[in-house]
Amino acid sequence: MSAVSVNDVSVAFGSLKVFDGISLDIEEGEFVVLLGPSGCGKSTLLNAVAGLIEVEEGQIWIGGNNVTWEEPKDRGIAMVFQSYALYPRMSVRENMSFGLRMAKTPKAEIARRVERAAELLQIAHLLDRRPDQLSGGQRQRVAIGRALVRDAAVFLFDEPLSNLDAQLRNELRVEIKRLHQQMNGTTMIYVTHDQIEAMTLADRIAVMKDRRIQQLGTPHEIYHRPANLFVAGFVGSPRMNFIEGRIDQGGEGPIFRSGALALPLAAEHAPRALETGRLVTLGIRPEHLALDPAGPWDGFQAELLETHGADNLVWCGNGQVSLQLRLPGDVSLKRGEMLTLAPDPARVSLFDSESGERL
Amino acid sequence: MTTSAPSGRKPRHLTVDRIGVYAFLAIAAVFFLLPLWIMLMTSLKTMEEIRLGSIIAFPSELTFEPWLKAWASACTGLDCNGIRVGFWNSVKILIPSVALSIALGCVTGYALSFWRVKGANMMFGILLLGAFIPYQVFLYPLVRIFATTGLYNSLACIVIVHVIFGLPVMTLLFRNFYAGLPIELFKAARVDGGGFWSIFLLVILPMSTPILIVATILQVTGIWNDFLFGLTFAGRENLPMTVQLNNIVNSTQGERTYNVDMAATMLTAIVPLAVYFVSGRWFVRGIASGAVKG
Repeated sequence: MSAVSVNDVSVAFGSLKVFDGISLDIEEGEFVVLLGPSGCGKSTLLNAVAGLIEVEEGQIWIGGNNVTWEEPKDRGIAMVFQSYALYPRMSVRENMSFGLRMAKTPKAEIARRVERAAELLQIAHLLDRRPDQLSGGQRQRVAIGRALVRDAAVFLFDEPLSNLDAQLRNELRVEIKRLHQQMNGTTMIYVTHDQIEAMTLADRIAVMKDRRIQQLGTPHEIYHRPANLFVAGFVGSPRMNFIEGRIDQGGEGPIFRSGALALPLAAEHAPRALETGRLVTLGIRPEHLALDPAGPWDGFQAELLETHGADNLVWCGNGQVSLQLRLPGDVSLKRGEMLTLAPDPARVSLFDSESGERL
Repeated sequence: MTTSAPSGRKPRHLTVDRIGVYAFLAIAAVFFLLPLWIMLMTSLKTMEEIRLGSIIAFPSELTFEPWLKAWASACTGLDCNGIRVGFWNSVKILIPSVALSIALGCVTGYALSFWRVKGANMMFGILLLGAFIPYQVFLYPLVRIFATTGLYNSLACIVIVHVIFGLPVMTLLFRNFYAGLPIELFKAARVDGGGFWSIFLLVILPMSTPILIVATILQVTGIWNDFLFGLTFAGRENLPMTVQLNNIVNSTQGERTYNVDMAATMLTAIVPLAVYFVSGRWFVRGIASGAVKG
């Protein structure tokens, strides 16, 4: 039994259809991230799961119950928002206990749960302050605490870290991951446009674009076997290199050819997809290009160098194709230097140029 | 210091157009303050001094007699009880009208901006339309309706009229204010299990202090200054202060007692004046939020 099921759900704002039959199944205890650019519908989907937006068609199941028509409070969920959404006129303690007070929970039980959540998030010393006396990171901790005290089976996060600065974001990201590990069996759905958050937090990522799920898979699958050109380009920083070309017949099987560049293709690419002459896009990640004097791709000139510390990024081109490559931090190059590159044929992705789908 | 290099604060020079602006502002201020000044001075003078005709001058002999007379013994027709009767009538009209219209506008604005009732936008549009129809159009139908229900010429009648006509602007005011609050706050409260009233009372209302103040200012001044509705709907027993002031000023027999008239006018104006002075900052905010009709 899955913890959350979205079955063929359609959502409409007036006459504008946001989703047309979207489905998603999430296992109990799973951490699923909805990743996508703004306007892709990821927050709308989360709001539909929460019951904050009514669905036109389809069903939403949470914990084995059909909650399609239920109020948000009856769905067994807790939610954390981007803007924290703390009640400004209440103390931290009152904020955290609001839901329990609404549910007429006994006072002793409320106190116990608030104490425990505050302990867990290290905000016990802030309980009597008001939200405007807290920093951004503290506010989001309180917002998470408010969700924790609900003892919900499913947690929904709507871009919870987007308003924080980079360092706090990293800290809280780790904290959210730790929370998920500590609370066995708690399902989390997390919306973000930040691929680092998605890669680091998720058991599975649903990459969304144009109100459709483009690919649903583990971070490893998403990164190494992207389902289409959009996913390949959206996930990964720096971006995957794309080279337009076509399939040619070589001595030992199909090869990819684009101008002067050629690459024999690994056997894993299904032969049926590789009929000669087919227009394809080759995708190769910057770290899968190596500097090798004996490599097949020569004539590239280093145009721009970026030092990142642990590694260096090099923009290079041969007049037709521009590529980025990621090199270890101790390799030093000069601008204008000529480079010979060796792509790793086992780690390239091939996409149909027309449909953008993976081959 | 003839040719020092630019350093530090840039010096400001008084230019001709700057002087022109200040002069205009000063003249405008005098223009608007002069009537108030003349009224105040006249109300503190004896009739002998008024007859001398120097209306702007400070009184040579200060007297508060006209104020006492205006308050307690000025005549409106045959009754000579002063304007205090009207003052208390106005207070009796004001308090329930202000409280009810704000409470209703507040809840309506909250429902319209957060709960997305079906057809909310259309209802709001109709409500706004109501705000722009001249009151005079409603007078006769309303008189007939109240006469039929037996409420005509009563305190309840005038209060109901004020509440009805205050509703569009109050709703607009609160709806706009609530539209500016983060919707996530409302969503969080819903996930936490709040219902219509509990979210309103525990989350939204405590955040509404600024707009409640603005609404109070608007309604207090508007209802206190009302003349037409008071005359039409309140009945003889409940005539508000503005109507009574008109009666005092217009029912002179013999010599026109300018000082008493001015004192009565000042007394009538005291409530809105006090509101403006105490809360000018808030009043400007009310105008800025697009809630003041012309």
